[in-house]
Amino acid sequence: MPVALSTFDRSLLSGEQGEAAAFAMRLLVRFAEAVGAERFIDIEAAHIDGCLYLGQVSLDFVEHLVRLGGRVRVPTTLNVGSVDLIHPELFHGSDEVGRGGARLMRVHEELGCVPTFTCAPYQTIFRPRFGAQIAWAESNAIVFANSVLGARTNRYGDFIDLCCALTGRAPYYGLHIGENRRARIRVEVESLPGEWAEAGLACVAVGHAIGRRCGDRVPAITGLPASTSEDDLKALGAVAASAGAVALFHAVGLTPEAPTIDAAFQGQAPEEVIRLTAADLRETVSKLSTVPDGTPLTAVSLGTPHFSLAEFERLMPLIDGARLMVDVYVNTHRAVLEDLQRRGWEERLRAAGVTLVIDTCTYVTAVMRDLSGAVMTNSGKWAYYAPGNIGVDVAFGSLADCVGSARAGKVVRL
Amino acid sequence: MTVRLKAATLVGGSAQAETLVLSEPLSFWGGLDSATGRIIDQWHPQKNEVMIGRILVMRAGRGSSSGSSVLAEALRRGTGPAGIVLLARDAIVTVGAMVAAELYGKACPVVLASEADWAAITGATSLAIEAGDESAVIEI
Repeated sequence: MPVALSTFDRSLLSGEQGEAAAFAMRLLVRFAEAVGAERFIDIEAAHIDGCLYLGQVSLDFVEHLVRLGGRVRVPTTLNVGSVDLIHPELFHGSDEVGRGGARLMRVHEELGCVPTFTCAPYQTIFRPRFGAQIAWAESNAIVFANSVLGARTNRYGDFIDLCCALTGRAPYYGLHIGENRRARIRVEVESLPGEWAEAGLACVAVGHAIGRRCGDRVPAITGLPASTSEDDLKALGAVAASAGAVALFHAVGLTPEAPTIDAAFQGQAPEEVIRLTAADLRETVSKLSTVPDGTPLTAVSLGTPHFSLAEFERLMPLIDGARLMVDVYVNTHRAVLEDLQRRGWEERLRAAGVTLVIDTCTYVTAVMRDLSGAVMTNSGKWAYYAPGNIGVDVAFGSLADCVGSARAGKVVRL
Repeated sequence: MTVRLKAATLVGGSAQAETLVLSEPLSFWGGLDSATGRIIDQWHPQKNEVMIGRILVMRAGRGSSSGSSVLAEALRRGTGPAGIVLLARDAIVTVGAMVAAELYGKACPVVLASEADWAAITGATSLAIEAGDESAVIEI
Protein backbone atom coordinates (compact mmCIF):
# COMPACT_ATOMS: atom_id res chain seq x y z
CA MET A 1 0.00 0.00 0.00
CA PRO A 2 1.43 3.44 -0.88
CA VAL A 3 2.33 5.81 1.94
CA ALA A 4 -0.26 8.58 2.50
CA LEU A 5 1.31 12.01 2.09
CA SER A 6 0.17 15.22 3.79
CA THR A 7 0.19 18.59 2.04
CA PHE A 8 3.44 19.36 3.83
CA ASP A 9 4.98 16.03 2.78
CA ARG A 10 4.14 16.91 -0.85
CA SER A 11 5.70 20.34 -0.50
CA LEU A 12 8.84 18.68 0.86
CA LEU A 13 8.94 16.30 -2.11
CA SER A 14 8.31 19.04 -4.66
CA GLY A 15 11.32 21.05 -3.51
CA GLU A 16 9.29 23.95 -2.06
CA GLN A 17 11.13 23.43 1.23
CA GLY A 18 14.51 23.26 -0.47
CA GLU A 19 16.43 20.72 -2.53
CA ALA A 20 18.00 19.00 0.46
CA ALA A 21 14.61 18.44 2.09
CA ALA A 22 13.27 17.04 -1.21
CA PHE A 23 16.21 14.65 -1.43
CA ALA A 24 15.68 13.57 2.20
CA MET A 25 11.94 13.10 1.69
CA ARG A 26 12.46 10.91 -1.40
CA LEU A 27 14.63 8.60 0.70
CA LEU A 28 12.14 8.67 3.56
CA VAL A 29 9.23 7.66 1.31
CA ARG A 30 11.17 4.62 0.06
CA PHE A 31 12.16 3.78 3.63
CA ALA A 32 8.54 4.11 4.80
CA GLU A 33 7.41 1.73 2.03
CA ALA A 34 10.10 -0.76 3.03
CA VAL A 35 9.01 -0.78 6.69
CA GLY A 36 5.29 -0.75 5.86
CA ALA A 37 4.40 2.64 7.37
CA GLU A 38 1.11 4.14 6.21
CA ARG A 39 1.90 7.80 6.87
CA PHE A 40 4.36 10.26 8.41
CA ILE A 41 4.23 12.18 11.69
CA ASP A 42 5.95 15.30 13.00
CA ILE A 43 8.94 14.76 15.25
CA GLU A 44 10.25 17.06 18.00
CA ALA A 45 13.91 16.10 17.86
CA ALA A 46 16.49 13.96 16.11
CA HIS A 47 19.77 12.33 17.13
CA ILE A 48 22.23 11.49 14.36
CA ASP A 49 24.70 8.62 14.35
CA GLY A 50 26.45 9.72 11.16
CA CYS A 51 29.64 11.19 12.61
CA LEU A 52 31.62 7.95 12.70
CA TYR A 53 33.65 7.67 9.52
CA LEU A 54 32.66 4.45 7.71
CA GLY A 55 34.20 5.36 4.34
CA GLN A 56 34.01 8.09 1.72
CA VAL A 57 30.24 7.61 1.37
CA SER A 58 29.72 8.91 4.95
CA LEU A 59 31.25 12.25 3.97
CA ASP A 60 29.79 12.38 0.44
CA PHE A 61 26.24 12.04 1.78
CA VAL A 62 26.46 14.92 4.26
CA GLU A 63 28.45 17.18 1.92
CA HIS A 64 25.81 16.60 -0.76
CA LEU A 65 23.14 17.83 1.67
CA VAL A 66 25.26 20.86 2.58
CA ARG A 67 25.67 21.71 -1.14
CA LEU A 68 21.89 21.48 -1.56
CA GLY A 69 21.50 24.04 1.24
CA GLY A 70 20.22 21.56 3.83
CA ARG A 71 19.16 22.70 7.30
CA VAL A 72 17.67 20.57 10.07
CA ARG A 73 14.06 21.44 10.94
CA VAL A 74 14.08 20.17 14.56
CA PRO A 75 16.66 20.29 17.38
CA THR A 76 19.22 17.72 16.29
CA THR A 77 21.99 16.28 18.43
CA LEU A 78 25.06 14.40 17.20
CA ASN A 79 26.45 11.07 18.33
CA VAL A 80 30.15 10.40 18.88
CA GLY A 81 32.62 11.00 16.07
CA SER A 82 35.90 9.28 15.19
CA VAL A 83 38.09 11.91 16.87
CA ASP A 84 38.13 13.96 20.08
CA LEU A 85 38.03 17.50 18.69
CA ILE A 86 38.85 18.92 22.14
CA HIS A 87 41.93 16.69 22.49
CA PRO A 88 42.93 15.89 18.87
CA GLU A 89 46.36 14.71 20.06
CA LEU A 90 44.72 11.60 21.53
CA PHE A 91 43.99 10.18 18.04
CA HIS A 92 46.62 7.89 16.53
CA GLY A 93 44.71 6.12 13.77
CA SER A 94 45.06 6.49 9.99
CA ASP A 95 45.20 9.91 8.31
CA GLU A 96 42.09 9.06 6.26
CA VAL A 97 39.97 8.39 9.33
CA GLY A 98 41.52 11.28 11.28
CA ARG A 99 40.96 13.90 8.60
CA GLY A 100 37.74 12.45 7.15
CA GLY A 101 36.35 11.90 10.63
CA ALA A 102 37.02 15.47 11.80
CA ARG A 103 35.59 16.88 8.55
CA LEU A 104 32.50 14.67 8.92
CA MET A 105 31.83 16.03 12.40
CA ARG A 106 32.14 19.64 11.19
CA VAL A 107 29.92 19.27 8.11
CA HIS A 108 27.12 17.99 10.33
CA GLU A 109 27.33 21.31 12.18
CA GLU A 110 26.90 23.11 8.83
CA LEU A 111 23.47 21.47 8.58
CA GLY A 112 22.52 23.06 11.91
CA CYS A 113 23.10 19.98 14.09
CA VAL A 114 24.27 20.71 17.65
CA PRO A 115 27.86 19.55 18.27
CA THR A 116 27.02 17.40 21.29
CA PHE A 117 29.07 14.44 19.97
CA THR A 118 27.68 12.16 22.64
CA CYS A 119 26.00 8.78 22.84
CA ALA A 120 24.15 10.06 25.94
CA PRO A 121 22.13 12.98 24.49
CA TYR A 122 19.45 12.12 27.05
CA GLN A 123 21.78 13.43 29.78
CA THR A 124 22.13 16.86 28.15
CA ILE A 125 19.72 19.79 27.91
CA PHE A 126 18.25 18.00 24.87
CA ARG A 127 16.64 15.31 27.03
CA PRO A 128 13.25 14.47 25.41
CA ARG A 129 10.02 14.79 27.37
CA PHE A 130 7.65 11.90 28.14
CA GLY A 131 5.59 10.98 25.08
CA ALA A 132 7.69 13.02 22.62
CA GLN A 133 7.83 11.61 19.08
CA ILE A 134 11.50 11.66 18.06
CA ALA A 135 13.80 10.06 15.48
CA TRP A 136 16.90 8.86 17.23
CA ALA A 137 19.82 6.72 16.19
CA GLU A 138 22.46 5.00 18.40
CA SER A 139 21.20 1.84 20.02
CA ASN A 140 21.78 2.83 23.67
CA ALA A 141 20.21 6.27 23.18
CA ILE A 142 17.18 4.72 21.50
CA VAL A 143 16.57 2.24 24.31
CA PHE A 144 17.09 4.92 26.99
CA ALA A 145 14.75 7.43 25.33
CA ASN A 146 12.02 4.83 24.90
CA SER A 147 12.39 3.04 28.23
CA VAL A 148 13.60 5.51 30.84
CA LEU A 149 12.04 8.70 29.42
CA GLY A 150 8.95 7.34 27.66
CA ALA A 151 9.79 9.22 24.46
CA ARG A 152 8.97 7.37 21.24
CA THR A 153 11.46 6.33 18.57
CA ASN A 154 12.24 3.38 16.36
CA ARG A 155 15.75 2.12 15.78
CA TYR A 156 16.78 4.69 13.19
CA GLY A 157 20.24 4.68 11.69
CA ASP A 158 22.40 5.42 8.68
CA PHE A 159 21.15 8.25 6.45
CA ILE A 160 17.52 7.95 7.58
CA ASP A 161 18.12 9.69 10.93
CA LEU A 162 19.39 12.75 9.05
CA CYS A 163 16.52 12.58 6.56
CA CYS A 164 14.08 12.78 9.49
CA ALA A 165 15.98 15.79 10.90
CA LEU A 166 15.96 17.64 7.55
CA THR A 167 12.21 17.12 7.07
CA GLY A 168 10.98 17.06 10.68
CA ARG A 169 9.01 13.94 9.70
CA ALA A 170 9.24 10.25 10.57
CA PRO A 171 7.33 7.21 9.29
CA TYR A 172 4.58 6.24 11.73
CA TYR A 173 5.22 2.59 12.60
CA GLY A 174 6.70 0.41 15.32
CA LEU A 175 7.39 2.12 18.66
CA HIS A 176 5.85 5.44 17.61
CA ILE A 177 2.51 3.65 18.14
CA GLY A 178 1.31 3.14 21.72
CA GLU A 179 0.01 -0.41 21.43
CA ASN A 180 3.35 -1.66 20.02
CA ARG A 181 5.02 -0.52 23.23
CA ARG A 182 3.36 -3.12 25.43
CA ALA A 183 5.54 -5.76 27.07
CA ARG A 184 5.54 -9.27 25.57
CA ILE A 185 7.95 -11.04 27.91
CA ARG A 186 8.01 -10.99 31.69
CA VAL A 187 11.52 -11.10 33.17
CA GLU A 188 11.50 -11.91 36.88
CA VAL A 189 14.73 -11.33 38.79
CA GLU A 190 14.11 -13.81 41.61
CA SER A 191 17.26 -13.23 43.64
CA LEU A 192 20.32 -10.98 43.63
CA PRO A 193 23.90 -11.90 44.59
CA GLY A 194 24.29 -10.63 48.17
CA GLU A 195 27.94 -9.71 47.63
CA TRP A 196 27.12 -7.11 44.94
CA ALA A 197 27.09 -3.73 46.67
CA GLU A 198 26.36 -1.79 43.46
CA ALA A 199 23.09 -2.14 41.54
CA GLY A 200 25.15 -1.62 38.37
CA LEU A 201 26.38 -5.20 38.19
CA ALA A 202 22.87 -6.66 38.46
CA CYS A 203 21.61 -4.23 35.83
CA VAL A 204 24.34 -5.18 33.36
CA ALA A 205 23.67 -8.88 33.97
CA VAL A 206 19.91 -8.46 33.45
CA GLY A 207 20.48 -6.28 30.38
CA HIS A 208 22.75 -8.88 28.82
CA ALA A 209 20.23 -11.63 29.53
CA ILE A 210 17.31 -9.76 27.95
CA GLY A 211 19.42 -8.88 24.92
CA ARG A 212 20.22 -12.53 24.37
CA ARG A 213 16.78 -13.93 25.10
CA CYS A 214 14.21 -11.29 24.07
CA GLY A 215 15.52 -10.25 20.63
CA ASP A 216 13.30 -7.35 19.63
CA ARG A 217 10.34 -8.36 21.85
CA VAL A 218 9.63 -5.85 24.63
CA PRO A 219 10.42 -7.19 28.13
CA ALA A 220 8.99 -6.04 31.48
CA ILE A 221 11.46 -6.60 34.31
CA THR A 222 10.59 -7.09 37.97
CA GLY A 223 12.93 -7.48 40.94
CA LEU A 224 15.74 -5.03 40.09
CA PRO A 225 17.58 -3.65 43.15
CA ALA A 226 15.75 -0.86 45.02
CA SER A 227 18.84 1.34 44.66
CA THR A 228 18.76 1.16 40.82
CA SER A 229 19.67 4.63 39.47
CA GLU A 230 19.23 6.29 36.12
CA ASP A 231 22.84 5.44 35.24
CA ASP A 232 22.20 1.79 36.12
CA LEU A 233 19.22 1.73 33.73
CA LYS A 234 21.47 3.38 31.14
CA ALA A 235 23.97 0.52 31.54
CA LEU A 236 21.19 -2.07 31.39
CA GLY A 237 19.80 -0.68 28.14
CA ALA A 238 23.21 -0.26 26.55
CA VAL A 239 24.22 -3.89 27.01
CA ALA A 240 20.72 -5.15 26.10
CA ALA A 241 20.89 -3.23 22.81
CA SER A 242 24.37 -4.66 22.15
CA ALA A 243 23.57 -8.30 22.85
CA GLY A 244 20.18 -8.07 21.10
CA ALA A 245 17.87 -5.78 19.15
CA VAL A 246 16.17 -4.37 22.26
CA ALA A 247 14.74 -0.88 21.63
CA LEU A 248 12.44 -0.69 24.66
CA PHE A 249 12.24 -2.36 28.06
CA HIS A 250 9.99 -1.70 31.00
CA ALA A 251 11.25 -1.95 34.59
CA VAL A 252 8.21 -2.21 36.81
CA GLY A 253 8.10 0.59 39.38
CA LEU A 254 11.13 2.30 37.80
CA THR A 255 10.25 3.32 34.22
CA PRO A 256 7.37 5.63 33.30
CA GLU A 257 5.22 3.29 31.21
CA ALA A 258 5.37 0.57 33.87
CA PRO A 259 4.00 1.84 37.19
CA THR A 260 2.54 -1.68 37.53
CA ILE A 261 3.04 -4.99 35.74
CA ASP A 262 -0.45 -4.68 34.24
CA ALA A 263 0.34 -1.26 32.83
CA ALA A 264 3.49 -2.63 31.20
CA PHE A 265 1.50 -5.43 29.52
CA GLN A 266 -1.42 -3.10 28.74
CA GLY A 267 -3.69 -5.63 30.46
CA GLN A 268 -2.61 -8.58 28.29
CA ALA A 269 -0.82 -11.77 29.27
CA PRO A 270 2.94 -12.36 28.81
CA GLU A 271 3.91 -14.55 25.85
CA GLU A 272 6.81 -15.92 27.87
CA VAL A 273 8.23 -15.69 31.38
CA ILE A 274 12.00 -15.67 31.99
CA ARG A 275 13.25 -16.22 35.56
CA LEU A 276 16.72 -15.09 36.56
CA THR A 277 18.41 -16.15 39.79
CA ALA A 278 21.51 -14.86 41.57
CA ALA A 279 23.42 -17.78 40.04
CA ASP A 280 22.31 -16.80 36.51
CA LEU A 281 23.39 -13.20 37.11
CA ARG A 282 26.80 -14.23 38.48
CA GLU A 283 27.38 -16.50 35.48
CA THR A 284 26.41 -13.76 32.99
CA VAL A 285 28.77 -11.27 34.61
CA SER A 286 31.65 -13.75 34.76
CA LYS A 287 31.26 -14.47 31.03
CA LEU A 288 31.74 -10.80 30.20
CA SER A 289 35.39 -11.18 31.25
CA THR A 290 37.72 -12.90 28.78
CA VAL A 291 40.59 -13.09 31.31
CA PRO A 292 40.76 -14.47 34.89
CA ASP A 293 41.23 -12.43 38.07
CA GLY A 294 44.88 -11.55 38.70
CA THR A 295 45.61 -10.85 35.00
CA PRO A 296 47.91 -7.82 34.53
CA LEU A 297 46.10 -4.81 33.01
CA THR A 298 47.27 -2.20 30.52
CA ALA A 299 44.30 0.11 30.98
CA VAL A 300 40.87 0.76 32.47
CA SER A 301 38.09 2.26 30.35
CA LEU A 302 34.98 3.86 31.86
CA GLY A 303 32.11 5.80 30.36
CA THR A 304 30.40 3.68 27.68
CA PRO A 305 27.83 5.19 27.31
CA HIS A 306 29.36 8.57 28.20
CA PHE A 307 29.91 9.14 31.93
CA SER A 308 27.39 11.44 33.58
CA LEU A 309 28.17 14.02 36.25
CA ALA A 310 26.54 11.67 38.81
CA GLU A 311 28.98 8.93 37.77
CA PHE A 312 31.92 11.31 38.24
CA GLU A 313 30.57 12.11 41.71
CA ARG A 314 30.95 8.40 42.51
CA LEU A 315 34.37 8.17 40.86
CA MET A 316 36.05 11.20 42.52
CA PRO A 317 36.42 9.82 46.07
CA LEU A 318 37.79 6.55 44.63
CA ILE A 319 40.70 8.14 42.73
CA ASP A 320 42.12 10.33 45.49
CA GLY A 321 45.22 8.95 47.16
CA ALA A 322 47.46 6.24 45.74
CA ARG A 323 48.69 6.65 42.17
CA LEU A 324 47.00 4.60 39.47
CA MET A 325 49.34 2.00 37.97
CA VAL A 326 47.72 1.83 34.50
CA ASP A 327 46.11 4.26 32.04
CA VAL A 328 42.55 5.11 33.04
CA TYR A 329 40.26 6.54 30.35
CA VAL A 330 36.86 8.07 30.96
CA ASN A 331 34.63 8.86 27.96
CA THR A 332 32.26 11.76 28.46
CA HIS A 333 30.74 14.72 26.66
CA ARG A 334 31.33 18.46 26.45
CA ALA A 335 28.65 19.58 28.90
CA VAL A 336 30.00 17.27 31.61
CA LEU A 337 33.55 18.48 30.86
CA GLU A 338 32.41 22.05 31.57
CA ASP A 339 30.95 20.94 34.90
CA LEU A 340 34.21 19.15 35.74
CA GLN A 341 36.18 22.31 34.93
CA ARG A 342 33.91 24.48 37.08
CA ARG A 343 34.37 22.14 40.01
CA GLY A 344 38.14 21.90 39.55
CA TRP A 345 37.74 18.17 39.01
CA GLU A 346 39.35 18.06 35.56
CA GLU A 347 42.66 19.00 37.19
CA ARG A 348 42.21 16.47 40.00
CA LEU A 349 41.45 13.74 37.48
CA ARG A 350 44.51 14.59 35.38
CA ALA A 351 46.72 14.67 38.47
CA ALA A 352 45.50 11.20 39.36
CA GLY A 353 46.45 9.94 35.89
CA VAL A 354 42.99 9.85 34.33
CA THR A 355 42.63 10.69 30.61
CA LEU A 356 39.32 12.33 29.71
CA VAL A 357 38.09 11.38 26.23
CA ILE A 358 35.48 13.79 24.80
CA ASP A 359 33.42 13.60 21.57
CA THR A 360 34.24 9.95 20.94
CA CYS A 361 34.70 6.63 22.72
CA THR A 362 37.63 4.30 23.33
CA TYR A 363 36.05 1.29 21.60
CA VAL A 364 35.19 2.95 18.26
CA THR A 365 38.44 4.70 17.43
CA ALA A 366 42.21 4.65 17.98
CA VAL A 367 42.69 6.50 21.28
CA MET A 368 44.07 4.04 23.81
CA ARG A 369 47.87 4.16 23.92
CA ASP A 370 48.54 0.54 24.78
CA LEU A 371 46.38 -2.38 23.61
CA SER A 372 48.97 -5.07 24.27
CA GLY A 373 47.27 -6.43 27.38
CA ALA A 374 43.88 -6.72 29.03
CA VAL A 375 41.60 -3.75 29.66
CA MET A 376 39.09 -3.54 32.51
CA THR A 377 35.74 -1.80 32.27
CA ASN A 378 32.52 -1.36 34.21
CA SER A 379 30.57 -1.17 30.94
CA GLY A 380 28.73 -4.23 29.67
CA LYS A 381 28.57 -2.62 26.24
CA TRP A 382 32.31 -1.97 26.11
CA ALA A 383 32.99 -5.55 27.26
CA TYR A 384 30.68 -6.83 24.53
CA TYR A 385 32.20 -4.91 21.60
CA ALA A 386 35.84 -4.10 22.39
CA PRO A 387 37.32 -7.58 21.85
CA GLY A 388 35.96 -7.57 18.25
CA ASN A 389 36.40 -3.87 17.49
CA ILE A 390 39.85 -3.14 18.84
CA GLY A 391 41.10 -6.65 19.60
CA VAL A 392 41.69 -6.53 23.34
CA ASP A 393 41.07 -8.92 26.20
CA VAL A 394 38.52 -7.61 28.68
CA ALA A 395 37.85 -7.87 32.40
CA PHE A 396 34.45 -6.66 33.53
CA GLY A 397 33.73 -5.43 37.06
CA SER A 398 32.07 -2.78 39.20
CA LEU A 399 33.32 0.81 39.25
CA ALA A 400 35.06 0.18 42.59
CA ASP A 401 36.71 -2.99 41.22
CA CYS A 402 37.91 -1.08 38.16
CA VAL A 403 39.59 1.64 40.23
CA GLY A 404 40.97 -0.93 42.69
CA SER A 405 42.43 -2.87 39.77
CA ALA A 406 43.91 0.30 38.24
CA ARG A 407 45.77 0.81 41.55
CA ALA A 408 46.93 -2.81 41.67
CA GLY A 409 47.87 -2.99 37.97
CA LYS A 410 45.96 -6.27 37.69
CA VAL A 411 42.40 -7.56 37.93
CA VAL A 412 41.30 -7.58 41.57
CA ARG A 413 37.82 -7.83 43.14
CA LEU A 414 37.14 -5.84 46.29
CA MET B 1 12.77 -20.02 -23.22
CA THR B 2 12.64 -16.84 -21.18
CA VAL B 3 10.39 -16.81 -18.14
CA ARG B 4 9.12 -13.39 -17.05
CA LEU B 5 8.21 -13.02 -13.37
CA LYS B 6 6.45 -10.06 -11.80
CA ALA B 7 8.12 -8.32 -8.86
CA ALA B 8 7.83 -5.08 -6.90
CA THR B 9 10.39 -2.28 -7.23
CA LEU B 10 12.18 -1.16 -4.05
CA VAL B 11 14.93 0.68 -5.95
CA GLY B 12 14.70 1.18 -9.71
CA GLY B 13 17.17 0.24 -12.44
CA SER B 14 18.08 -2.60 -14.72
CA ALA B 15 20.68 -5.34 -14.49
CA GLN B 16 21.59 -8.62 -16.11
CA ALA B 17 24.17 -10.87 -14.51
CA GLU B 18 25.15 -14.15 -12.94
CA THR B 19 23.48 -14.78 -9.58
CA LEU B 20 24.93 -15.20 -6.12
CA VAL B 21 22.25 -17.06 -4.18
CA LEU B 22 22.65 -16.74 -0.39
CA SER B 23 21.22 -19.54 1.71
CA GLU B 24 21.04 -17.21 4.75
CA PRO B 25 20.44 -13.46 5.13
CA LEU B 26 23.62 -11.37 5.23
CA SER B 27 24.38 -8.36 7.40
CA PHE B 28 26.46 -6.02 5.21
CA TRP B 29 27.84 -4.47 8.42
CA GLY B 30 30.53 -6.89 9.52
CA GLY B 31 29.56 -9.23 6.67
CA LEU B 32 30.77 -7.49 3.51
CA ASP B 33 34.24 -6.07 2.91
CA SER B 34 33.50 -2.98 0.81
CA ALA B 35 37.11 -2.87 -0.42
CA THR B 36 36.90 -6.29 -2.11
CA GLY B 37 33.20 -7.19 -2.38
CA ARG B 38 33.91 -10.36 -0.43
CA ILE B 39 31.63 -11.90 2.21
CA ILE B 40 33.63 -11.85 5.43
CA ASP B 41 31.05 -13.01 8.00
CA GLN B 42 32.83 -16.01 9.55
CA TRP B 43 29.55 -17.82 10.19
CA HIS B 44 27.92 -17.23 6.82
CA PRO B 45 27.58 -20.32 4.55
CA GLN B 46 28.71 -18.29 1.51
CA LYS B 47 31.75 -16.84 3.30
CA ASN B 48 34.53 -15.76 0.87
CA GLU B 49 32.16 -15.51 -2.10
CA VAL B 50 32.62 -12.26 -4.02
CA MET B 51 29.50 -10.34 -5.06
CA ILE B 52 31.08 -7.88 -7.53
CA GLY B 53 28.80 -7.48 -10.55
CA ARG B 54 26.50 -10.38 -9.59
CA ILE B 55 22.82 -10.33 -8.75
CA LEU B 56 22.50 -11.03 -5.06
CA VAL B 57 19.53 -13.27 -4.24
CA MET B 58 18.63 -13.46 -0.55
CA ARG B 59 15.39 -13.92 1.33
CA ALA B 60 15.87 -10.96 3.69
CA GLY B 61 18.34 -8.49 5.09
CA ARG B 62 19.82 -8.70 8.57
CA GLY B 63 21.79 -6.78 11.15
CA SER B 64 22.83 -3.23 12.02
CA SER B 65 21.60 -0.18 10.10
CA SER B 66 25.27 0.60 9.43
CA GLY B 67 24.81 -1.98 6.68
CA SER B 68 23.32 0.80 4.55
CA SER B 69 26.65 2.66 4.61
CA VAL B 70 28.64 -0.47 3.84
CA LEU B 71 26.44 -1.35 0.83
CA ALA B 72 26.53 2.23 -0.46
CA GLU B 73 30.32 2.36 -0.01
CA ALA B 74 30.72 -0.94 -1.92
CA LEU B 75 28.54 0.37 -4.77
CA ARG B 76 30.60 3.59 -4.84
CA ARG B 77 33.82 1.58 -5.13
CA GLY B 78 32.36 -0.77 -7.74
CA THR B 79 32.65 -3.81 -5.48
CA GLY B 80 28.91 -4.17 -4.83
CA PRO B 81 26.30 -6.34 -6.52
CA ALA B 82 24.69 -5.53 -9.90
CA GLY B 83 21.23 -5.99 -8.42
CA ILE B 84 19.46 -7.49 -5.42
CA VAL B 85 16.41 -9.79 -5.29
CA LEU B 86 14.66 -10.12 -1.93
CA LEU B 87 11.66 -12.01 -0.65
CA ALA B 88 11.03 -9.68 2.33
CA ARG B 89 11.11 -5.87 2.28
CA ASP B 90 14.27 -4.57 3.88
CA ALA B 91 14.89 -0.96 4.85
CA ILE B 92 18.67 -1.27 5.31
CA VAL B 93 19.26 -2.69 1.81
CA THR B 94 16.79 -0.25 0.23
CA VAL B 95 18.41 2.81 1.82
CA GLY B 96 21.96 1.72 0.95
CA ALA B 97 21.12 1.15 -2.73
CA MET B 98 19.11 4.39 -2.94
CA VAL B 99 21.94 6.48 -1.50
CA ALA B 100 24.41 5.02 -4.03
CA ALA B 101 21.96 5.75 -6.86
CA GLU B 102 21.31 9.32 -5.70
CA LEU B 103 24.92 10.25 -4.90
CA TYR B 104 26.86 8.39 -7.56
CA GLY B 105 24.28 7.49 -10.19
CA LYS B 106 25.22 3.83 -9.64
CA ALA B 107 22.01 1.89 -10.17
CA CYS B 108 21.69 -1.30 -8.20
CA PRO B 109 18.04 -2.29 -8.67
CA VAL B 110 16.43 -3.90 -5.61
CA VAL B 111 13.28 -5.90 -6.24
CA LEU B 112 10.85 -7.89 -4.15
CA ALA B 113 9.96 -11.29 -5.59
CA SER B 114 6.96 -13.42 -4.66
CA GLU B 115 7.15 -16.64 -2.69
CA ALA B 116 5.68 -18.68 -5.57
CA ASP B 117 8.59 -17.72 -7.83
CA TRP B 118 11.34 -18.18 -5.25
CA ALA B 119 12.34 -21.72 -6.26
CA ALA B 120 12.75 -20.68 -9.90
CA ILE B 121 14.75 -17.59 -8.95
CA THR B 122 17.12 -19.34 -6.57
CA GLY B 123 17.60 -22.13 -9.14
CA ALA B 124 18.68 -19.74 -11.90
CA THR B 125 22.38 -19.17 -12.65
CA SER B 126 21.69 -15.79 -14.21
CA LEU B 127 18.89 -13.23 -14.10
CA ALA B 128 17.79 -10.01 -15.70
CA ILE B 129 16.01 -7.34 -13.66
CA GLU B 130 13.99 -4.46 -15.08
CA ALA B 131 12.72 -2.34 -12.19
CA GLY B 132 10.58 0.64 -13.17
CA ASP B 133 8.64 3.15 -11.06
CA GLU B 134 5.44 1.11 -11.06
CA SER B 135 6.58 -2.50 -11.10
CA ALA B 136 9.46 -4.78 -11.88
CA VAL B 137 10.10 -7.83 -14.03
CA ILE B 138 12.61 -10.59 -13.35
CA GLU B 139 13.64 -12.62 -16.40
CA ILE B 140 15.13 -16.07 -16.12
